Amino acid sequence: MKSPTIHTKPFGVHAVLIEWPNEVSEAILNKILQFEAFLKSDCLEGPDWEYVPAYSSLLIINKKSIIDYNSFGEKLLSWYRNMGEAKPEQHYLWRLPVSYDLDFGIDLEEISSVLEKDVLEIIALHTSYTYTVYGIGFLPGFMYLGGLPKVLEVPRRATPRLLVKKGAVGIAGKQTGVYPQESPGGWNIIGNCSVPIFDATKKQPCFVSVGDQIQFYQISRAEYDLHKIEAEVGIYQPEKIEIDA
Amino acid sequence: MLKVLKSGFYTSIQDLGRFHYRNKGVPVAGAMDNLSVQKANSLLENDANAAVLEITMTGPTLLFEDASYIALAGAKMSATLNNEPIQNYKVYTVTEGDILSYGKLEKGFRGYLAVKGGFSSKAVLGSASQYKPITKESRLKDGDSVPFDSKQDFVPILSELKVDSFLDESVLEVYKAPEFDMLTDTQLEKLFSKDFTVAKENNRMAYQLNEVLAGHDVSMLTSATLPGTVQLTPAGKLIVLMRDGQTTGGYPRILQLSNKAIAILGQKREGAVISFKLV
Repeated sequence: MKSPTIHTKPFGVHAVLIEWPNEVSEAILNKILQFEAFLKSDCLEGPDWEYVPAYSSLLIINKKSIIDYNSFGEKLLSWYRNMGEAKPEQHYLWRLPVSYDLDFGIDLEEISSVLEKDVLEIIALHTSYTYTVYGIGFLPGFMYLGGLPKVLEVPRRATPRLLVKKGAVGIAGKQTGVYPQESPGGWNIIGNCSVPIFDATKKQPCFVSVGDQIQFYQISRAEYDLHKIEAEVGIYQPEKIEIDA
Repeated sequence: MLKVLKSGFYTSIQDLGRFHYRNKGVPVAGAMDNLSVQKANSLLENDANAAVLEITMTGPTLLFEDASYIALAGAKMSATLNNEPIQNYKVYTVTEGDILSYGKLEKGFRGYLAVKGGFSSKAVLGSASQYKPITKESRLKDGDSVPFDSKQDFVPILSELKVDSFLDESVLEVYKAPEFDMLTDTQLEKLFSKDFTVAKENNRMAYQLNEVLAGHDVSMLTSATLPGTVQLTPAGKLIVLMRDGQTTGGYPRILQLSNKAIAILGQKREGAVISFKLV
């Protein structure tokens, strides 16, 4: 595929933003991740660089040195032109267990009447699609997932809840996702994921990366309780499948 | 150990921040006014990243259970060591049983307490900075103990530092941020010719400003943000993300504060007047 055009912008003196065409597309996301991998492996040395990809942009930050934007911006464009078939990092499809028990899916019945679909059908739809991680932000481990089917689009709740449970699985507009920790939130809650998405005690605190894919599968309340115990003692391993680049 | 007898309004352990996890949504955290911290750590000949206490508005009462050397920095907070007034940017010896307490806030908003060698509380993901839920708590509570290594043979090169304080400065130097070009002439005029005041909603995550610009209907895809990024909401409200600010956002990013401007703003409280100057 021919590489889409990019634009660079200075963002303070320690960061440069690279922008791709303003659209939600896996092809663009893959190009961003390919370029990120190429910059890491072939262009930018040293421990001070950080990369924050999200949807159609990539922020490059140097935590110590001031970046001379005029020359660095030029270099980025030239590296991008010459990236060739650089390999992106390995990405995974994560299968995440969710209990859609009504104790957790506190908005399932309300959504059921809004969408005029029964609860089982909503669960079947939510678990039958694969979602792409377009960004991680807002909270540690909060995934911006794309790919929710149109038939599951419901507006955010008119009044956000002051407290949504850790692990709550929600849908709102074109988005679905998991609250990685207790927080206020305006999404409609349909279940709870038994696997912690973020664990600060681990060296790799968040197993998911931007560019990975997520599929939810339904578990019973008993399996949910078992996973919670396994996760607590640190023996639960989320199921992953390699994605071909 | 340092024993927290009374924790004050908001006292937390901070270093220069937590890096390399922003792509997992982890805010940088770290001292709001890292320029003042740098001076205190220099006086004690500490590592630049040595952890200090950040003390907000109403200071704590602290008991030293070991001997060491300390330096205060940042806001002027009428601190006393065993009831004797002590100054900012000066090295003091502390011994077991000494009590550091704080009085009236005279100027600024956040003071810093540095100790020789830094506070040695456990680093999580490469930083000692308290930020919940990366660390268990977001700040110190009454009765907490903060560890540091005892030290009795330190001879500082400089025992005192003359500092050009920026606590009275109110002009924030800013750069253009990625969505700067969306601003209309009217918005630009107001942004760079008028004063703004700090809103009641101000904390380590973000400072909101009371005055608004004209609203807009620019929608954008979520993209990365930085400490010091000024966001413009559709209603025209200005939100300045600070050290604990989120790593991505969906509001247009119109300005980016310099590191010094973040430090200046971090020393402001509700009602303080600021203005923006493009550099």
